[in-house]
This record gives sequence, structure tokens and C-alpha cells, in this order.
Amino acid sequence: MTISRDHLDALFEPRGVLVAGVSSHPAKFGFVALHNLLTQGFAGPVYGTNREGGEVLGVPMLMSVDDLPADATVDLVFVCTPAAANIEVLEACARKGIRAVFVTSGGYAEAGDDGRAAEAQLVARADELGILVAGPNGQGLVSTPVGLCAQIVAPYPPRGAIGIVSQSGNFVSSFQNFARASGVGVSRAVSAGNAAALSVPDLLEYYASDDETRVGLAYVEGIADGTGFARRLGEVTARMPVVLLKGGATAGGQRAAASHTGALATDDRVFDGMCRQAGATRARSVEEAFDAAAAFATSPLPRGPRVAVLTTAGGWGVVTADAIASSELDLVELPTSLRAAIDERLPPRWSRNNPIDLAGGETRDTIPEVLDLVAQSPEIDAVVYLGVGIQSNQARLMREGRFGSDEGIERIVAYHERQDARFADAADAASAASGKPILTATELALADPSNPGPATVRATGRYCYPTGPRAVRALEHLWRYARHRRRREGT
Amino acid sequence: MSRTLSEPESKALLAQYEIPCVPDALVATAAEAAEAAAGFGFPVVVKLAGSAIAHKTERGLVRLGVADEAAVVAAGDALLAAARPEDGDVGLLVAPMLRATRELIAGVHVDLQFGRCVMVGIGGVLTEALGDVAFRLVPLSAVDATEMLDDLGSQALLGALRGEPALDRAAMARVLLGLSRLAEDRDDVCSVDVNPLLVVDGAPVAVDALVEVAE
Repeated sequence: MTISRDHLDALFEPRGVLVAGVSSHPAKFGFVALHNLLTQGFAGPVYGTNREGGEVLGVPMLMSVDDLPADATVDLVFVCTPAAANIEVLEACARKGIRAVFVTSGGYAEAGDDGRAAEAQLVARADELGILVAGPNGQGLVSTPVGLCAQIVAPYPPRGAIGIVSQSGNFVSSFQNFARASGVGVSRAVSAGNAAALSVPDLLEYYASDDETRVGLAYVEGIADGTGFARRLGEVTARMPVVLLKGGATAGGQRAAASHTGALATDDRVFDGMCRQAGATRARSVEEAFDAAAAFATSPLPRGPRVAVLTTAGGWGVVTADAIASSELDLVELPTSLRAAIDERLPPRWSRNNPIDLAGGETRDTIPEVLDLVAQSPEIDAVVYLGVGIQSNQARLMREGRFGSDEGIERIVAYHERQDARFADAADAASAASGKPILTATELALADPSNPGPATVRATGRYCYPTGPRAVRALEHLWRYARHRRRREGT
Repeated sequence: MSRTLSEPESKALLAQYEIPCVPDALVATAAEAAEAAAGFGFPVVVKLAGSAIAHKTERGLVRLGVADEAAVVAAGDALLAAARPEDGDVGLLVAPMLRATRELIAGVHVDLQFGRCVMVGIGGVLTEALGDVAFRLVPLSAVDATEMLDDLGSQALLGALRGEPALDRAAMARVLLGLSRLAEDRDDVCSVDVNPLLVVDGAPVAVDALVEVAE
């Protein structure tokens, strides 16, 4: 069956949803699914079926999908019934004109030979009926533009531009947790489960044509059709960046190689080469994957590799410069005119080179002014700004300390908090004005998310990186992707 | 099942794809080997060649730096005497001894998951220990071939080194593109090793090759 745009729209933007196999027990998936659908903002009608009847969470239970009222507008059925009941559910869906189901039930290919046979049967019947099956054995899907939380797990992420697809439901949760913590939100997310009929490339292609999604973020383990995967991935990255996190050894393993080339062709190396060729961003860790996706979602692409680091204190700048030195980015010499312009605003003890270490010489307006100067320099393509929130961190000690009500302390606390918010706003504005990435980094993003520095970075819709080197790694991914596109599009 | 092409057959196939190979002569006797060697100038390399011989070095069938005609005759006789019945038809392969500090490796492999791919890497006896290699799926674009070289970790080895010029990256990229075309054209080829690929005055030159074809 060819998966049409209509099928995928039914999955992600259903007018109404029915949960098949609702349970009245709050610990069961059939209850959790209904609960999550009802509580996260989905505006369409929600129905449920089970064998006991009655009401669950105020929703009257139908005996079968066949009992849906004639005027019910249901486009998606979320299936929590046991595998043995699911062919019947599909047939009832077809009678009601429903064209998309998400099957969360287990007992399929993950469960041995019988399960594999059941899965093949499910897919074959769905094909005959023209129904798109997502899953089985998946944890659900999320579509924030319509408030759809059709999943048997938490969390529900804020709305944003990252489109997630994962062959492990747990990683959908992980990425969505990062999204909640950082404020960098998600457009759509699918736990592909066994991906029997709806695969990772199918979803990435949908995301690439989806106005709500600016970057794909995928966790993959096994890849069924490697050549097709590589080709489709390359087509997607020509339209939208894709971040891949890969787990595990691939199926099969290499044949005993007679050639040196064969002996060197480990799965990991071939996968790595495939990613480079297709222009996909391969991340080596979960954090790196989310950092990169968040960077693509919240930053413009750099036009070149030349980076300036702006820091309020020495060590952070040094370590960040080291990270740049071992990357494909360039820590540029500061242009003379820029150095002269900064000289006018700082006492002579500033570093006078890159990293731009203000060495505590800044006054009220220095940071926003220097950020602007650096961002506007034609010889700089991107900026990493370190140290936002440092003053507010001290302010918090003062506010919470026993002298907090002292008038002088209150005034300085308020000043520092205003200033850090202003610096975060300035980084956002300088990026918008220059069209260049400006990445802010401070561990306060994790240590004290309520600090006005990182909190304001979040409020401006940007991502606050937890460390300078992590910002550098994300920026390197932006640059590699930009360069990949440019080399191939000749622009 | 598969069989390997002899070194001369393998190199002839590479030459069709504009992959530069060291000139050589395939002869039947030690005396003919000496004559060919004199034509190339000394020193030379003398090898036993035959389509059933895949791992010449391991069997001691490669004589490097053979200095004069008498030495070529002696080496040729010894190599012919070392041939085993299962080697089938054998001959002596004579080639000038190239001097190079740097060795690369290139090849074609059929990956179980992603199909045909081209490899490039740092060659020599430490190749597998270093594992400094890069792969791309067939077909390669010119940009892919260039980027593969950028992927290698040992960039200092590819630059100007010990009085030798930097690797001619454009020439090396052409080798990789040639391997890609070969892999596209020849469904029956299941692996290619171009090993070593010496960097002579910056230019890549294949001095040995082994092609495996399906039967």
C-alpha cells in the first residue's frame, strides 16, 4: 500500500480519536492512553471502546468501533486491545471509513515466530483495507499543533519545530523530556515500534514537507532496506536537517572478509560514511542528538566556519576555544576594526583577541553592545556567548540569604536579574538582526533553570546549551550541514 | 562462490577506470624477467603471479628491491620453484621498485546492509591497527570523493611530508570515482583491494591490486 499524505494527516491531525481497548484501571495502558488524550489539549471528540461498557474518565464506552454514531468524525483509532482482537478492529475501522490506526499492542514481531506471522497478517489486512498502521508495539504519537497526546507514556512536550521518530519508545520520552526541560519544543513525535508498515524514512519524508517541522530527530536500530534508507535520507536532508542517533549492531553482521577493505568495513564505519554522504547529522550520544536538533530548530545556519567566543570569565573561554580547535570550525583572529571598536568600550585588560574575554571590565551596556559588534562583523559567521546568568546566581544567594530584605541588596539583586535577562534578549536580537547563530551556554541551564539568564534564553525561543563545548559541537553540526547543502546545491 | 583475478588481470581492470598503476611485465621465465627488469631499470620488484594466488606477501612470493639481473634470475627461479599445484598457471611479474614514504589503501566492498561502497584509508602494514578509513556508498559524486579524504584523521600524512609534496587530492579523488564506476558497471565484482597505493611525488600509484568476482 502506498502511504498517502491523507493517511499521515489522519495520524497527525485527526478530527477525532477513538481508543480501542480502554481500561478502567489507571495502571493499564488502555486507561493511560485515554487519560493522556483527554488532558493535553486535544480539541476534537474522543471515544472509547471496551467490553465492560460504562464510563471511563467521563467517556461513555462503546462495545465496538461499529457503534460509533453515524455523525462521528473519527480519523484515528489508538489500539490497546490484545493482538488477537486487532484484525477485527481494523475491519470495523474500514466499515467506518477510518484510515489510520496506531497499534500499541505487543505480541508481534518482537515476540518470536508466531508474533511475526501475526504482524504480517495485520499489515496485509490493513493494506487490503487501505488503512495505515503505525506500530505495532509502539508507545504512541504526539502532535502538538493539535494538542494530540496519543501515547501510553509521558511526557507531553511543548510545541516546537522538532519532529521525532524512534524505533525505541523510550527515546521518544527522553527527547521529549529534554524538550520540556529546555523549552525547545516538538512538532510531531512517533514511537515507530516494530515499524511494520510505517518506517523511519516514511515519517522523515512527512516531516520534511510539514510546515510545523524544521528538523528531524531519529533514533534507529535496525534498518531493513539500507540502500533505500540512504537514498531517501539524502532526499530529506536536501529539504530539512536530520539528526540520527544509532544504537546497536545492525542485523546480520559482515561475512568473513577475504579482502582488507572488507575487514575494515565495520557496520559503524559504513553507517558513518552513509550519514556523511546523505548529509545527515550523526550524533554519538543522547545529549548530542538533542543539542543538535535544538540547534537546528532555534538557530539560522552559519554561512561559514568562523566563530567568535564571548565570555565574561577566562576558563570557560579557554575550554570552549579548545573545543573549536578540535572541530571543523575556526577560531578566527579578531579583525582589527572589531578589536578597535571593543577597545573603546572596555578597559585595556580585556583579552584583545578571540575568545573575547571581558575580564570583568564590562559596564551596564557592554555585553549587548559587544554582542552586536561581533555579530555584525563580516568576518565572523557565528558567536558562542558564555556566562549569562552568573550575576543572577549571586543575586539568588543574596535574595535567599538572611540579609535579603536589606534595601541595598534588594536593589542590586533586581539589577543583576534585569541585566542577565537583557543579555539573553540581546543574544536573541543580535542573532535575528545578523542572521547568524549566537549560541548561549551556561550550566545554569541545568543547575538553576529559573535563573533569569537561561530562563530568558528559553523565553526567546532559543536553546541554552549546558556548556561551551556542547554549544561548539552543536554549532559544528550546523556548519557541516550548511556546507553539505552548499557544496551540492552550488549556492 | 567467488574467485580472485590475478594481479595483472586486476590491474588491467583498474586501468580501464583510469586508476594509475605501476607499469609491469608478466613473463614466463627467470631470464625473461631479467630482460624486463633491465628495461625498467633497477631496483625492481619480482612477484609470482597467478589467478589462484591471493596472499602473495604471506607466502613470501614478493621480492622487493631486487638490485641487478643476476639477482632477478635467482629470485625468478626461486619464486617459480615455490609455486604449488593449486596455484594453477603462474608467471613472474616484474615492476620497477617505487620509493614512497606514504601508503594509502582503497577498495570496494559489498556491505550486507548498504550494498556497494568505496573505501579509502591510510595503508601499509598498520592499516588495520590504525583503522583510519572512510566509506561512501556507490555511486560517489565528486564532492563525496573529496570529502572522504577530508574524513581521514591523519591529515598530516596527506600534506607535504619529509621533502615530498602533499598528496594530489584531485588525483586521489579520481581513483575513488574510478572505483565507484567500476563497482557500478560490474555487478559481478564483490571486492576490490588496491593495496598499497603509494604516494609517489604526491601522485597515487597502485602497486598491487586484488579483485574478487562472483561466479
